[in-house]
Order: sequence, then structure tokens, then C-alpha cells
Amino acid sequence: MLVLPIILPLLFMVLLIFTRRWLFFQQLFSLLSAVVLTVVSALLLTEVAKEGIMTIQLGAWPAPYGITLVADLLSAIMLITTSFVAVVVMVYSPGFIDNERQTAGYYPLVFGLLMGVNGAFLTGDIFNMYVWYEVMLTSSFVLIALGGSAEQLRGSVKYVTISFVASIFFVSAIGILYGQAGTLNMADLANKMRTWENMPYINGALMLFFVAFSVKAALFPFFFWLPASYHTPPVPITALFAGTLTKVGIYTMFRFYSLFVVQDVMFWKIFLLVIAGLTMSVGVLMAASQFDIRKILSFHIISQVGYMVMGLAIFTTNALAAAIYFTVHNMLSKTNTFLAGGLVFQRLGSYDLKYLGGLYKVAPFLALIFFIPAMSLAGIPPLPGFFGKLFLIKGGFEAGEYLITAVAIAVGFFTLFSMIKIWNEAYFKKTPEDAQKAQPVNRSAIAATTLLAAAVILLGLFAGPVMELSHQAAMQLKDPYHYINAILKQTSP
Amino acid sequence: MLLLLAVVIGVLYGSAVYLLLRRNIFKLILGLIFLGHATNLLLFVASGLTSGYPAFIRFVTGESESMADPLPQALILTAIVIGLGVTAFALVLVYRFYSVTKTVDLDELSENE
Repeated sequence: MLVLPIILPLLFMVLLIFTRRWLFFQQLFSLLSAVVLTVVSALLLTEVAKEGIMTIQLGAWPAPYGITLVADLLSAIMLITTSFVAVVVMVYSPGFIDNERQTAGYYPLVFGLLMGVNGAFLTGDIFNMYVWYEVMLTSSFVLIALGGSAEQLRGSVKYVTISFVASIFFVSAIGILYGQAGTLNMADLANKMRTWENMPYINGALMLFFVAFSVKAALFPFFFWLPASYHTPPVPITALFAGTLTKVGIYTMFRFYSLFVVQDVMFWKIFLLVIAGLTMSVGVLMAASQFDIRKILSFHIISQVGYMVMGLAIFTTNALAAAIYFTVHNMLSKTNTFLAGGLVFQRLGSYDLKYLGGLYKVAPFLALIFFIPAMSLAGIPPLPGFFGKLFLIKGGFEAGEYLITAVAIAVGFFTLFSMIKIWNEAYFKKTPEDAQKAQPVNRSAIAATTLLAAAVILLGLFAGPVMELSHQAAMQLKDPYHYINAILKQTSP
Repeated sequence: MLLLLAVVIGVLYGSAVYLLLRRNIFKLILGLIFLGHATNLLLFVASGLTSGYPAFIRFVTGESESMADPLPQALILTAIVIGLGVTAFALVLVYRFYSVTKTVDLDELSENE
């Protein structure tokens, strides 16, 4: 059960590689496979919610020696959200990406990416985590360069370089930790850090980890690569990256913070709070000066990631629960805004707000499916972004972190400003005279975006049950002994 | 041995950073390769050096005490393979970049020319 989210994408990928000239088969099969993945993740989530943390020892090697796969609620929630985003992108892609790219291996690469992402969510071993990161990154390298236009190549060179350097930080940190503790199992490491007094070099290794993950998640000083490369490939690829790839960095940060931060807790807390505040405000301010829809949205990825780190840094059960809920909301809404931006491009042939306009008049439905996720990102009730921010701010006040909470509220206003800017320019204002003639938009692409917008609304309407689930996930995260015991206990005879 | 390796790692990291900061895109790739090698050596050194012993137990003599830790070697092997793959991809990418832009200057990366 636990290996399925990793094995299935691998099988699908292999099959898709060998059939990559049969376009229709590729489209249909990828969609079905993504649905199968979602069903598997849903089953996993119900089982984890019922039975508690699930583990499996690969190759039947007992816990600290072999590679462990673990699914707690956080992993399961991330898995199902990722698979759902994949389903939507698979519906969207056939009508948007040109046939040349589709037959050049787009579909197998997507499943390679999903395998890496799912592996990173499930693994309980730091080196194995690195390997899954590389699986995911290598697939994303090829995806971002796929097609090879000059713009894409420029973006890819930056993306590959920064990702490679981040991976180097990751491996060095693993080496240093292994040299200290002699183990790679995350539960065992966490346990040893708690039982051995003053293990040296931990903070150094953690700082290296922090750099590696914050490059991936695009946190404050390491975010410049994201808006420089994410807007270059076709929109479904960007949407997939925004919805899954950057959130893996966040997931790992959650996991490592809860397990490994035992020394100098106050330092890490203040450090992360400062980073979170700067990430939120710098991202949102830089978004305000952009005129390309994809660039505005890319900068908003950064500012939204700040909210998640804020929840993590406060580290009370309520704030963590809010951060998890916010992450789920963000994965859906962010993907949705990108896909809606792609529809604008299909309709009017540009992403530049200067050449757009009047969409509300000619295509009110397109306007609606952009409006829903955009307002959700801005935090308007009853959409999920509102609840996410509300609970985060509530968590901040409860913990007495007033400064960061004030920053979070202010950033919310600026987000609203940016979203209204896109709305006014692309949908409301009169069509500029030099705009291109309106083109018909692909039906399946509209269907995909509508599906995602519906999911965003549902996430808002069922905020109670989802929040309850995130609350349980946060409790597991708050007390790392749940995680440690689930892995180490069962192997002692 | 430890000191020698430490110096080698330092020199590798230094030259890697120097190469990464050059404007030539091919030197960027060289820098990445150096960075990868420096880190592999760091992994090796950080987990303790055992000289003169293989990375397995000699059952014949029963000297179970004297063996090098096999795990870092396995990790480095994995890291080398991954590094090879990424480097190969980066080289192709750079070649494509060169054939599209006809230049090896990294300043071409900025979008507002």
C-alpha cells in the first residue's frame, strides 16, 4: 500500500516512454493513471487517519539500517493534493501543449516528477530523500527545457544551476550529520539528537539543510531563480511546478523542523519568523511591479510560501494546522490561477496585461474561473484562502507573535491589490486596440480549470472537516515521538 | 591524510566558486562538476577515514573490528551517478543554448536585451 504511490508512477512512466508516439493513448492513459494515483492516495489517507502512522521497511531490513517509508497524516494530505493537481493538469495539457512537446516525452516526464515528489513525501531516510529530490529535479529540468525555445533555455540554465547548487548543500548536510550520528534514518537521527547531549555540528548541518530547502521552496534570500525561470515553459508545466515542486521544499522543512530542531530552538524560531516575514513582503511587493500574468503569479508563489513558514515557525498546534490547511489551499488555488492565466493566453494570445482586456465581456465564464482562485489567494470569505489566513493569524495572536501577524495581515492587502490588478487589466478594462483577435479556447482546458475552481470552493465549504484533519496532522508533527516511536518501536523484538 | 584531503576539498570548493562566477557558460558547468566532486570528498571525510581496511568484514580472519564504513562509500557512489546524469543533461542544455544564441556569454541570460 505504502509503496504504491512510488511504484505506480514508475510503471506508468516506463509504459508511457515506450508508447510516446501514440498521442491519443498518451493523453488518455496519463489521465487514467493520475486518477488511479488519486484513488490510491485517498485510500492511504483514510487508512492513516484510522490506523495512525503507517511504516514499511524496504527489503525487510530493520529500522535504523534499511530504508523506511513512512506515511503520517501530513504526508498523506500532501500526496492526495499532489495527485489531484496532477489529474487536473492531465486534463488541461492535451488542449494546451503543442503536439510536438506532447510526443517528445511530456507525459512520461510528468510521472517521473510525480514519482520523485511522492517519494519525497513518503521516505523516512535522509539520503533517500536526497535521491527522490534528484528524481524530481531531473524530471523537472527536462520538463522546463522541453521544446527548447530560446526563452526556455535561458530559464533552464538558471534553474539547473541553482538546483544543482542546492542539492550540493543537501548532500553536504547529510554527510556531516552521518559523520556525527552514524545513521541516516530520520526517526533514529531525531531520537539520537534528543538522547545524546550536545551533539556537535548539528546547527551547521541544519543550516545547510535550510539553504537547500529554501532554494527549492523559494524562501527569502534564495527566491530569485523562481520568477526568472518558472514563466518560461508552457503554462501546464508551470502550474504543475507551482502546485507540487515548491511545496516539496515546504513539506521537507516541516518534517525536518519538527524532528531535528532540538538545539537552540529560540534561535531557529526567530530566524524562521524573520525569513517568513521577509519572504511574504518581498514577494508581494515585487509582484506589484510586474505586468506579465505569469510573473505576477510567480512572485505570489514566493509570498504565499512565507505564510506557510510563518505557521511552522510559530509551531503551536493551531498555527501548524493552519499552515497545513493553507498549503493545501495554495497548491489548489495557485495551480488554478496559472491554468486560468493560460486560458487568457489561449483566448487573447498574450500574457502581458498591456495587451489584454475586455475578457469579462467576451468570456464571462473564463473570468469567473480566474476570479474564484484569485480571490481565494487574496483571502476573501468563504474561499479557503480566507480560512487559511484567518487560522494562521489567530494562531499568531494566540502565540503572542504580533509583529509577524501584522506583516501577514498587511501582505494580505497587497495580495488583494495584485489580484485586482490582473482582474482589472485583463478582464475589466476595454480591449486595447492593438490586442490580438480573440481565439477559441480549448474545451478540455476550460473543464480542467473549472474542476479545480470547484475543488477550491469545496475546500472552502468543507473547511471544518479539512481543518480537523490538519489539526490531527499538526498534533503528529508537534510531538515528534509519534513519528519516532512508529518507526523504532516496531522493530525492537 | 585527513589534512591533505581537507586541503583538496577546500581547493576544489574554491575553484568551483571561482568558475561559477565566470561569465563563460562552459566554465559554469566545470564549476558545477568541481562542486560535486568536492562534496563527494566531503562526505567521505566527514564520516571518518579508516586506512588500510576494506569496507567489509573479513570472515576468514574474524577481524570484525577493522573495517571501513561501507555506507559513505555507497552514498558517494550514488551521488556520483546522480552527478553524472545531471552533468550530462547540463552539457546538452549548454550546447542547445549555444546553438540557439550563438554565444557562451552568460550575460545573454538576461531577458531585456
